[in-house]
Amino acid sequence: MRYGMAIDTKKCVGCSDCVVACQLENHVPVGYARDWIVEVTEGIYPNLALEIRSERCNHCDNTPCVRTCPTGASHIIEGGIVKVTHHECIGCGACIQSCPYDARYTHPEGYVDKCTFCDHRIKNGQDPACVSVCPTHCMYFGDLDDPNSEISRLVNTRRTKTLAPEAGTKPQIFYLI
Amino acid sequence: MKEEIITSGRLNPLIDPVLNVWHWEIPAYLFLGGLSAGLLFFASLYTIMNKEKEYSTAVKIAPIIAPIAIALGLIALMLDLKHPLYSWQLYTTIRLESPMSWGAWTLMAVMPLSVAWVAIYLDQVFPKVDRRPNIILKVLFMVIRLKDEEDENGINWEYKYKWMRDLKNWIFKNRVTMAWILMPLAIILGVYTGILLSAFNARPLWNTSLLGPLFLVSGISTAAATIMWLTESKEERVLFSRIDLVMIIVELFFIVHLFMGFLASSEVQIEAAGLFLGGHFTAPFWGLVVVMGLIVPGILEALELKGFHVPVAVPAALILIGGAIFRIIMVEAGQITRWLY
Ligand code: SF4
Ligand code: SF4
Repeated sequence: MRYGMAIDTKKCVGCSDCVVACQLENHVPVGYARDWIVEVTEGIYPNLALEIRSERCNHCDNTPCVRTCPTGASHIIEGGIVKVTHHECIGCGACIQSCPYDARYTHPEGYVDKCTFCDHRIKNGQDPACVSVCPTHCMYFGDLDDPNSEISRLVNTRRTKTLAPEAGTKPQIFYLI
Repeated sequence: MKEEIITSGRLNPLIDPVLNVWHWEIPAYLFLGGLSAGLLFFASLYTIMNKEKEYSTAVKIAPIIAPIAIALGLIALMLDLKHPLYSWQLYTTIRLESPMSWGAWTLMAVMPLSVAWVAIYLDQVFPKVDRRPNIILKVLFMVIRLKDEEDENGINWEYKYKWMRDLKNWIFKNRVTMAWILMPLAIILGVYTGILLSAFNARPLWNTSLLGPLFLVSGISTAAATIMWLTESKEERVLFSRIDLVMIIVELFFIVHLFMGFLASSEVQIEAAGLFLGGHFTAPFWGLVVVMGLIVPGILEALELKGFHVPVAVPAALILIGGAIFRIIMVEAGQITRWLY
């Protein structure tokens, strides 16, 4: 079992519904966000190329954030999901420094927080909140180890990229391009 | 042209628009850790070399700073923690992959050893106490008691309980063994202050293995400057300003290598080096750290060794200030460097 996401940059319109859905679902404190939209504009007017991406923790395979955590609060659970145990976190910020995607933040209560792939929802067979609300259905969540899953088929048949692969973290969110 | 922007308005405090999770606390912790590491290194080195008499400041007096600096450093670290009530969790596991973890353990090991080190020499350094009890003395009375003999310099004292005196004598007898334990720990502590940063691949400016040796040498240099400042013996002062001079040269050499390494590396590291080569940190780094904190004190020390009269406080203070600014700049600048947008 290896959970991952595929996000179709050709379908994403940058509406930020995923951002709001996550904030509501996970009671993200006001002013914070676990996912966000990036717009990349390339070229010179009028010859422009646009890419829109919904980004979040990549639930990396090679996790610097887990490695540098001094207490073991940052850890990996079944399916490769990277989580933080709040009552073990001392708020030292080491994991924040080690994430190339700046996917983590300190919760106002002091512990570090981030995307959980909505593990409380997937336990019940639901998709993560962001995936389930996307009006263009540009996001796919599933098991990358299962060759017949929709996400595996997409990742294997479409051209994909990951973010900053040169940072060596082996991200598990694939952008279909 | 390429423009990458976050359009959903991510403004996580301390993360956006640029990462700024660590403030003054971490550089303070690194500076105090490096200074103590250097002081304990010299104390144990000259004990092992059986030079306690010649270099008594290094062995007996300067180490008094170490436990105080470590305690202040640990306080700074605690202030940096955003979930401090849970900080005891640092000491429920050892995670060798996490420098923060083994560094915290190293400090935990060095702290009692440095206190013991100070305690065995305290009656030699301060053989007499003032006749009139003052606040400090009142606190000290928890562990010391006065002996009867008294002269115009004050009253002799000794440790209050017999087990303390026995322990002190036992450690004093075994101080060479203790020095052998303390020396590697001091080196580990000194290297750790650099490795803490270089373990973060996500911050290109820190991600170089040179930072460990560079911070170690810088820590040793600040310690040598401190000893040079404190000592009253000419011989000791000359030795430590020579040592400091060598450390300054090694540091300059490492700094040149640091930038050569960056410029020959990937784009993100070239950009990181750019912060110091024309970018935001150019003036403070080259002006305050390299010229004011290394080259000027180096020249002053060389002049003094040549026989010119230079008040020793000047180069020593410059080295200490330069070392502190160096750590502040590295921590600040490192957090700005990144892989994406
Ligand atoms: S994206 Fe960052 S926080 Fe998430 S697993 Fe990777 S390194 Fe850790
Ligand atoms: S902030 Fe918390 S989760 Fe992050 S490294 Fe420190 S203890 Fe671990």
